[in-house]
Amino acid sequence: MKILIPTPLRQYAAKKDTVEVPAKTVGEALSGLTSQYSELRRHLYTEDGKLRAFVNLYLNDEDIRYLQKENTPVRDGDTLSIVPSIAGGCCCSG
Amino acid sequence: MAIVAENVQSATLSNDEVLRYSRHLIMPEVGMEGQLKLKAAKVLCIGAGGLGSPLAMYLAAAGVGTLGIVDFDVVDFTNLQRQIIHSTEDVGRKKLDSAEEGIRGINPFVEVRKFETRLTSENALGIFRDFDVIVDGTDNFPTRYLVNDACVLSGKPNVYGSIFRFEGQASVLATREGPCYRCWYPEPPPPGLVPSCAEGGVLGILPGLVGVIQATETVKLILGKGEPLIGRVLLVDALGMKFRELKLRKNPDCPVCGTHPTITKLIDYQQFCGIRGEEAPVTTKVPEIQVEELKQRLDAGEDIFILDVREPHEYQICNINGYLIPLGDLPKRVHELDSSREIVAHCRSGVRSAKAVDFLRQAGFRKVKNLAGGVLAWSDRVDPKMPKY
Repeated sequence: MKILIPTPLRQYAAKKDTVEVPAKTVGEALSGLTSQYSELRRHLYTEDGKLRAFVNLYLNDEDIRYLQKENTPVRDGDTLSIVPSIAGGCCCSG
Repeated sequence: MAIVAENVQSATLSNDEVLRYSRHLIMPEVGMEGQLKLKAAKVLCIGAGGLGSPLAMYLAAAGVGTLGIVDFDVVDFTNLQRQIIHSTEDVGRKKLDSAEEGIRGINPFVEVRKFETRLTSENALGIFRDFDVIVDGTDNFPTRYLVNDACVLSGKPNVYGSIFRFEGQASVLATREGPCYRCWYPEPPPPGLVPSCAEGGVLGILPGLVGVIQATETVKLILGKGEPLIGRVLLVDALGMKFRELKLRKNPDCPVCGTHPTITKLIDYQQFCGIRGEEAPVTTKVPEIQVEELKQRLDAGEDIFILDVREPHEYQICNINGYLIPLGDLPKRVHELDSSREIVAHCRSGVRSAKAVDFLRQAGFRKVKNLAGGVLAWSDRVDPKMPKY
């Protein structure tokens, strides 16, 4: 399935804006993604393996928290969007 | 849903205003009735910056009767790339004064109320009280959560917009039946984990796009026309010019707008954003060298390896002949560095290079220091001809 990588996380995914992974559930898609790009893992998951609360995941246009979360089944042509919270002009290039 | 401004009954339009708004008046969706609603409406713009600039300009043009602006900042040269209500002559001036002048120039019939203060838990509810709609154009998480909670507690809609580089989000939050910001993002990112702004910056036009979307939603709320972005998020990708929509649901367990709210007054938002995360903020103290000392030692012919951890496009703006390895590439290119040499790492202001030094020390490098203040300090104190950015 296609996973859309948001701008703030592209630097951890070899600058890609989309990644294709084979998956039957959302959880599988995320494992596929984080095994390819391990740096993404700590931005998506806490140390005890929970999805971070400031990152939302949408299967097509629906928040997976209102579906079956990581167990949500995935079909051909589905898109998973990773949408972190952003706050605008805080960009401090250090 | 429509915002019913209290004084809509007593609002009138002079002949000058009728002529000014003729293109609104001849449209059935606005008409005299709609224009009077706009005139009676009071909108609070939080921030007169990237989002606030186009927002305030278009709301003024549309004839919103009262525009409140909250901003405590001063116009800076680097703002002009996107904060279009301010002009070059306004550099150094209070953004509030510059914005007021811009609004009056567009439409002298608008009453401007200025709030030269940081929005806080102590003042937010009082400031919000007199307004019908709140538009959030701020640039940090604590204020986002403060505005949200204050909107829910005051019963005012929060016209939300935010941006990052060339992506934006817009929605209408905190309506009675709709979701609020906490339904969407229950917790802010912990400070140590906000994705590094190493490739920061923002496409100047982007807040223009999103700010005008916010202005549009504000006008629609006032008129009670069209479908506002309630229960929906508009995602804007300016580079691909793609607009996508996501569903946003109201969370019945939301601590502030749910059926059993646990947050019934404004909290300490700095603390909420600071200790919320699983990790403590990263404040690594690494060995430093000041720009004067580096300059002196280089001039004396000392063998110092200068490592520049910025991005290639920054190197092109200005550099001190460093060896460029962008911070993100350092882990896989660390073998290019010789740990027996003295290394000074630098970036633009010293933040990224501190992380580089920390990384290298953990990798076993013993002779590595951070150039405090980066090229900005170099420009300030060693070579004023070097451009700052």
